[in-house]
Amino acid sequence: MSKILTTEGLPLEKSLKKVEQKNKFRAFLLVLPLLLFLIVAYVWPILNLLTRSVDNRLISDLLPQTAIALANWEGNEMPSEDIYKTFYLDLNEAHKQKLSGKVSTRLNYAKNGFKSLINKTRRKLKNFEDENYKDQFIDLNKKWGDIEYWQAMKVAMPKYTIDKYLGSVDLEKNYSGEIIQKPEKRRIHRTLWYRTFYVALGVTICCLLLAYPIAHLLSTLPLRYSNLLLICVLLPFWTSLLVRTSSWMILLQQQGVLNDILVYFKIVGDKSRLELMYNMTGTFVAMTQILLPFMVLPLYSVMKTIPPSLMRAGSSLGGTPFHSFRKIYFPLTYPGIGAGSLLVFILAIGYYITPALVGGASGTLISNRIAYHMKETLDWSMASAMGTMLLISVLVLYWLYNKILGIDNIKLG
Amino acid sequence: MAINKHTELRYKIWHYTYLTICGLVFFFLIAPLFVIVPLSFNAEQYIHFSDDMLALKPEAFSLRWYEDMVYGTKNPWGLAFKNSLVIGIFATIGATTLGTLAALGLSSKYMPYKALIMSILISPMVVPLIISGSALFFFLAKIGLSSSMLGIIISHIILGTPFVVITVTATLSSFDHSLTRAASSLGSSPMYTFFKVILPLITPGVISGALFAFVTSFDEVVVVLFLAGPDQTTVPIQMWTGLREQLSPTILSVATCLIAGSIIILVLMEILRRRSERLRGIQPR
Repeated sequence: MSKILTTEGLPLEKSLKKVEQKNKFRAFLLVLPLLLFLIVAYVWPILNLLTRSVDNRLISDLLPQTAIALANWEGNEMPSEDIYKTFYLDLNEAHKQKLSGKVSTRLNYAKNGFKSLINKTRRKLKNFEDENYKDQFIDLNKKWGDIEYWQAMKVAMPKYTIDKYLGSVDLEKNYSGEIIQKPEKRRIHRTLWYRTFYVALGVTICCLLLAYPIAHLLSTLPLRYSNLLLICVLLPFWTSLLVRTSSWMILLQQQGVLNDILVYFKIVGDKSRLELMYNMTGTFVAMTQILLPFMVLPLYSVMKTIPPSLMRAGSSLGGTPFHSFRKIYFPLTYPGIGAGSLLVFILAIGYYITPALVGGASGTLISNRIAYHMKETLDWSMASAMGTMLLISVLVLYWLYNKILGIDNIKLG
Repeated sequence: MAINKHTELRYKIWHYTYLTICGLVFFFLIAPLFVIVPLSFNAEQYIHFSDDMLALKPEAFSLRWYEDMVYGTKNPWGLAFKNSLVIGIFATIGATTLGTLAALGLSSKYMPYKALIMSILISPMVVPLIISGSALFFFLAKIGLSSSMLGIIISHIILGTPFVVITVTATLSSFDHSLTRAASSLGSSPMYTFFKVILPLITPGVISGALFAFVTSFDEVVVVLFLAGPDQTTVPIQMWTGLREQLSPTILSVATCLIAGSIIILVLMEILRRRSERLRGIQPR
């Protein structure tokens, strides 16, 4: 059997493979600019954020000798004179380079009270005499004689640490390295994680319950009516998130429209207007309305493809409408339910704006806490650690979405 | 489920209950938006309906908050609108160019690692904005672009590309690839084929992707909150500050303008969709 040759004398098989290779390369070249741009300006910064959450070099760079000395200290009894001396030298050096402010801020994350302690101490550093450092420190402030401060400093010293991850689920390490629960009154994060999860789940379920009937209606109506009604779904979808949130603020406030209506119909008294905003109710209702289009659209696009003859066939075979619905129609909408629910859940779990504006203290979610650490406490490692945990949960869901529905099936509008 | 005079009563009742439920859900979706509009014409400095407004007295309505929006003291809105437009336009250009190129590559059947690359390209849409915001904040500070327009534009290009990639890929999925082969067989170069054959056919998809990117940028507040300095205030930032401090009716006038804007965009999208279907020879049912 002779091989088929091209005009250039190459075997056809090889020539085809070459063309295919060239096409592959050409296709890849088209994607390359965006891919490179995203890797440099997006993926890399996010990975960087992840390393920031375990990176603890700042404090051991500021107090290098103390870090070594404390690592060798058991932590059961008061530190020796040597440790006090090393700490004095390090702190003095940091103070000379105008870095003692950083030391105090960083150590304050480890234990409240460190900030004022260091700030009081650093001004007196120049009066220190060259021996009996321990006594001089304790004379200056008796907190320096409190072993808890030294234990906290020892815990804060390692170059890389998972402390922030522990902190974001309300655990901490004690000086001997055991992982323990934080004191009751400082446990705030776990509640937030649970709350975020429950809100996302609740909003998803509510959206599904509300979206299912209207998606069904849209898919069964004649096109000219359904197009008109689709506008009711698309207009909120295209409207600014802040506009929609502010409309909820108008509706839900104490002097707001909803309360006005309730008072008008004498359901509640004028004196006892309901508090609908700055709590969980506000966050929940507003998020449900804002995310509803993301549930309707995937459901609608699936339901549109289900032929109405199937239900008729069900009835003609003796099924009651409910039976045919349960056995025929509902299973066929699973892909839409899956797509919509995952989408809404993914969006809800990272929601920031709406909870921040209508949530008050009891309606904030994990994103708000991350923003709080980023902007208020400036504890960026903590923000990064919580961000990483949030990111991982979202990526797991994203992977699921990919696995079940395929990323190609994401549709918009 | 069609209703006729032979339908059993209980199904009739069920059918009307179902319609009522649907009506209520549609009301829930759309009504909150339109509460804003009448209140923005309030003559008083409150953001709730006064008795005079409910009685439809003409003196209870005025345009003063619109005047305040345009000519108000210190007028922050003018600068905000300008910034938002500049950022939006450049981000749209960047996102549309990069996204369309990538979508062309992705819809080629020779594309290697398609699923993996696609999921990377879509990720900015999925990752919570607070995380993108923090990551970009550190990154842009490191390369010296914190509190700069360029920094915000770069981040908005990132956030806008997934929408362009998705819409253009969707348009290309129904594209007839024999057309490109026909063009090449007639001796056209790939570049020429792109501009003369492919681009005209996918233009509606590209434009709707661009609209998505523009709206994303124009509406984006979380990332800008991390990146913007006082000179880079945008409309969403200004609204955010206003909503946090005190709800003034001026915000409602801005909101009304934004609602009008989204109605325009909605109409544009509908026109584009019909045009795209006509171009691809799909007859409306």
